[in-house]
Amino acid sequence: MKIILTATSPNIESDVDARFGRGAYLIVVDPDTLEWQAHPNPGVNASGGAGIQAAQFVTDQKADTAISGDFGPHAFDALQAAGIAMYLYGDCRTVSEAIERFKAGLLQQVGAPTRGDCDGGHHGQGA
Amino acid sequence: MIIAVASGKGGTGKTMVAASLALSLAALTPEQPPLFLDCDVEAPNAHLFLHPALTEQQEVGLLIPSVDEAKCTHCGKCAEVCQYHAIAVLGQKTLVFPQLCHGCGSCTALCPEKAITEMPDRMGVIERGPAAAGISFARGVLDVGEPMAVPVIRQIKKWAQPAPSQVTLRDAPPGTSCPVVETVRGSDYLLLVTEPTPFGLHDLSLAVQVAVELGLPAGVIINRENGPYPALEAFCAEQGLPVLLRIPFERAIAEGVAQGKTLVGIHPDYGDRFRQMFMQIASQL
Repeated sequence: MKIILTATSPNIESDVDARFGRGAYLIVVDPDTLEWQAHPNPGVNASGGAGIQAAQFVTDQKADTAISGDFGPHAFDALQAAGIAMYLYGDCRTVSEAIERFKAGLLQQVGAPTRGDCDGGHHGQGA
Repeated sequence: MIIAVASGKGGTGKTMVAASLALSLAALTPEQPPLFLDCDVEAPNAHLFLHPALTEQQEVGLLIPSVDEAKCTHCGKCAEVCQYHAIAVLGQKTLVFPQLCHGCGSCTALCPEKAITEMPDRMGVIERGPAAAGISFARGVLDVGEPMAVPVIRQIKKWAQPAPSQVTLRDAPPGTSCPVVETVRGSDYLLLVTEPTPFGLHDLSLAVQVAVELGLPAGVIINRENGPYPALEAFCAEQGLPVLLRIPFERAIAEGVAQGKTLVGIHPDYGDRFRQMFMQIASQL
């Protein structure tokens, strides 16, 4: 089994990064052996579609499960299409704590996007 | 001649100025009033001043990919070439995210299995018709929830072409991002409406960078002027930007605009001032 978690720094003792598409690092972990690898999140600086890029990475890694603080609608659709289970950090502070709670079945599974759409930031007031 | 009206900061009076200029020019050349394009497709409001009869309408959008799952081998080429991450290959599924697609066609062109065809995806409408004083009016309206304004703006520009020698005024959205650049691109002059506040000046300086980047001559209108604001004067002098018109901060103007009147409707003497300003711009081009 392989799970992927979003983290603020590239190691398993890192604090969690609550953002999926724009979380700084993706930690790939085998929850049984606790072998891990850290990768920079490919979508972190994308102008759009960050969640999709991160989801593509999770799929390419052949992971079964993604754990983060937040799954937007695009990331949710992509991960769901790929059959990847999604769980929320809740009040977990570190990646290793989240892995323990995941193994104990204490994390909440996600059945719908956890927030609304992002956009390109082209908002403005009509004038 | 094409004049674009922009500001950077929202709420400085772009549309009020653009509509007033349009009416002033219509009085100058009643045989050929100007063409007015409301390019603020996320929140078009120039109709409140110019009262067009929008007699023609067209749906606009982009061509977005549609994947034939029977032909798709999930090779991932489409996802690899998509700069906007609008298509993803997830195991045995290929997913399209229409709201991220820019309609570039790369995935369709490069699919080795020819499994992708392009389907029209509606983003909004463009509308046109005659407005006050014989002005030719056109505008775009982006559908609620659609994140990309540029394709709609591009299509209004293409659809509503001026007659030979007809002056075109393009009312830009606020800000300085892609929709503003698309509105301003291809025009001959950029009219920047600002207000004497730190926020107005800050965003004016961004809008001026757009003009510089596009190689466009620009001039400034200071709206709601309320005593001297030396930082703005210094900025205009330093950038070589002429201050073409100053509109005072005045209750009668605010009340009139709130009732849907233009500046020339409130103070008819502004008609001459707008025409003089136009002559000054025209003589420079």
